[in-house]
Amino acid sequence: MKYWIGAGALFIAAVAAALSPVNEYFFYAGYVVLTFVVLSTAWNILGGYAGYVNFGTGAFFGLGSYSAVVLFKALGAPLAVQIVAAAAVGAALGFGVGMLTLRLRGIFFAIATVAILFIMETLMMNWRYVGGATGLQLLRPEVLAPFGSYTRMLFVVMALLAVLAVSVARWVQVSWIGRGLRAIRDSEEAAESAGVPTLRLKLFACTVSGALMGAAGAPMPMYLSFIEPASSFSLNWGVSALAMPMIGGTAHWIGPVIGALLLGSIQQIVTVTISNEINVLVVGVLLVLFVVLAPDGIVGLFKKVLGRK
Amino acid sequence: MSLLAVHDVSKHFGGFTALAGVSLEIAQGERFGLIGPNGSGKTTLINCIAGALRNDTGSIRFEGAEISRLPAYQRTRRGIARSFQIPRPFHSMSVLENLLVPLQYVAHGREEEVFDILKSIGLADKADTLSSQLSQVELRKLELARAMAARPRLLISDEAMAGLSGAEVDEVLEILFALNAKGITIIMIEHIMHAVMRFSQRVVCLDAGRIICEGTPASIVANADVQKAYLGA
Amino acid sequence: MIFSFDLLFEAVLFGILLGCFYAAVSIGLSVSFGLLDVPHVAHPAIMVLGSYCAYVVAGWGLDPILSGVVLMPVFFVLGVLIYRFYYETFERRGSEAGVRGLAFFFGLAFIIEVGLILAFGVDQRTVQAPYIGSSLALGEYRIPYRMLVAFGVALVLTAALTVYLSKTFTGRAIKAVAQDEPALRLMGANPVRIKQWAFGIATGVSVLAGAMLIIVGPVEPAMDRLYIGRTFCVVVLAGLGSMTGTLVAGLILGIAESLVLMFFGASWAPAVAFGLLLIVLGIRPQGLFGR
Repeated sequence: MKYWIGAGALFIAAVAAALSPVNEYFFYAGYVVLTFVVLSTAWNILGGYAGYVNFGTGAFFGLGSYSAVVLFKALGAPLAVQIVAAAAVGAALGFGVGMLTLRLRGIFFAIATVAILFIMETLMMNWRYVGGATGLQLLRPEVLAPFGSYTRMLFVVMALLAVLAVSVARWVQVSWIGRGLRAIRDSEEAAESAGVPTLRLKLFACTVSGALMGAAGAPMPMYLSFIEPASSFSLNWGVSALAMPMIGGTAHWIGPVIGALLLGSIQQIVTVTISNEINVLVVGVLLVLFVVLAPDGIVGLFKKVLGRK
Repeated sequence: MSLLAVHDVSKHFGGFTALAGVSLEIAQGERFGLIGPNGSGKTTLINCIAGALRNDTGSIRFEGAEISRLPAYQRTRRGIARSFQIPRPFHSMSVLENLLVPLQYVAHGREEEVFDILKSIGLADKADTLSSQLSQVELRKLELARAMAARPRLLISDEAMAGLSGAEVDEVLEILFALNAKGITIIMIEHIMHAVMRFSQRVVCLDAGRIICEGTPASIVANADVQKAYLGA
Repeated sequence: MIFSFDLLFEAVLFGILLGCFYAAVSIGLSVSFGLLDVPHVAHPAIMVLGSYCAYVVAGWGLDPILSGVVLMPVFFVLGVLIYRFYYETFERRGSEAGVRGLAFFFGLAFIIEVGLILAFGVDQRTVQAPYIGSSLALGEYRIPYRMLVAFGVALVLTAALTVYLSKTFTGRAIKAVAQDEPALRLMGANPVRIKQWAFGIATGVSVLAGAMLIIVGPVEPAMDRLYIGRTFCVVVLAGLGSMTGTLVAGLILGIAESLVLMFFGASWAPAVAFGLLLIVLGIRPQGLFGR
């Protein structure tokens, strides 16, 4: 119950901020950080809970973006429809990749996600309807009152998605599904022989993860007023979506949130003040540092400190 | 009708033949011993029965139904449980939680039943301990407890007593005897000969993927082929 | 799409040369991932690092291939250090290591890539050599000399490594540790030392592959991303642990890519390796000659 009160309060705070005269830049940056909350939470459902690493978050995210664009261009679909469709497409991709590779060892799944990423990018680069390699400029529709700008509205939309994603992750974690996933992560062979339907649970996690990533991608084209394959399907999405949960902590749903808020904010600052390259370097270095020195992430460090008192 | 009927089962790994046409039948309620030198195929046979591996040829029938195409988790749901030779605990979970997994996924039982299992196996005071902090002996007991939590009709104990002291071996034997008294069929794989001979009603000896001898414990011990297989003379 | 047997033959010919090159580029991964089971997604990044190092050494006046050879001992040591670190930090700890090991190498690849961007910029780099720029005329077909050089080095490299693994004592120990580590321990050999030696060799080979990379064409820091597909495609298609399989798989990929390049254009070529990889994983994950 405490969770829902907290989540509700945060969402209301987000709406209130969007309606108040806060600096516009806050919403530009905040939208991206919230996107990372969704992506890292989604990543963690399969990566943290079950132990299957996805490098190709960009494939699901980018596919979500392109699905939204196609619906917008062909049918003038409203944002809500775009998001639902993008989630469905992301789920389908997650299920497909899962069926293909989740029977194999973890590293084959990881490499397959990279393969999907590049194949998606190549497909979109060769599809003229969505602009091919050069991409497409998009005209934003009218802003829904009472929001003062389209970006503010998207900020609130992404805040809602973030609450949804984290709620789903939390539900999975505490449910019997979550225990099964943890058993798979700890010892898949023992889990299978203990009666856990490992393939089904992995497929479930992969599908849910893909759906959330796709949904996160849907508002992005409107946010940028632009879409193109190289940035939509960049491997950089993958390294962030992976680094944030590993830094925040993969065992608990709060870990990816912490990681996304922290690393996402750092990224915004570094990209603006220094450069995009240094940004990627920072992510890489922090990832390696935490993986080596603090494998249970910030949540793990917290627990250790609290345990010592 | 026998509980488990293994017929002409073979398993190859590339050019290596781990099992070559193994057949055996186990009756309901039986205490069955499986022995053989290292590398003879005991664990491979168990893996084929439990579903961790798929047999290349032959059939495996449990309670009359063919199971060799079923994934392992479905075999567990049908009543076959196994412990692992090298313990594979769910290391991020407590002892209690380890048992909750098969309880929830197979037995659909209540949490209180798990405590009974922990008590019978001597791990009740460690219920909340993280399984990664258990000693080797306790891990072996956990393996057995986890198999018990699935409420099996056939329990396969894969070298559960390796490295245990004499008293601990007796402890585990008592637990297995008690389970058998409740009607659970048990296959025991062990190297500790006196334990196998005390426990089993029937023993089968494997060597190089084949059954070389089958019979009562007394007859097995006296068998020249068995002695040759173990001593290599 | 214009089809003619002439074009087909030219594509296949080029594909064979390209394929041998891909085999040589992947053979390091065949050892580190195929034999040693290390989730080395940073292998292409280290190879690109090797390209840039060869570029620097070649800039001092040395032939590019010689630059690669000269750097091999350096990269051997680098490989030993990386494996040692990986082993101490991850492999020892058990099952949780799977996720962390993958994440580690992924992060390492990015650090290397960005490091190269910061040091050299995003522009492409090339090297000069007498055999770069001119072609051999064979009847109606022109074969670029640089491809022939890469082809030659690739064959020598693959053959040398295959012979080493099957004929020398350490080589066979490496194969043994891949198949049955406990047995090796019982024989008194130290598996960790053998593995780190093997990983060192794999990394040393990678710098030579990197030298070939920059001979065959210009390099840029982000190239490692594309080569993840090519190298893993070759290694998985070959079957983990098979050296000769690497050559066959490389040829298959090279010809496939060359055909797509010729008849469908350059915008589709990057997807070939990744597509082939997915097909192999779906149909026959153990590859052609897998254990």
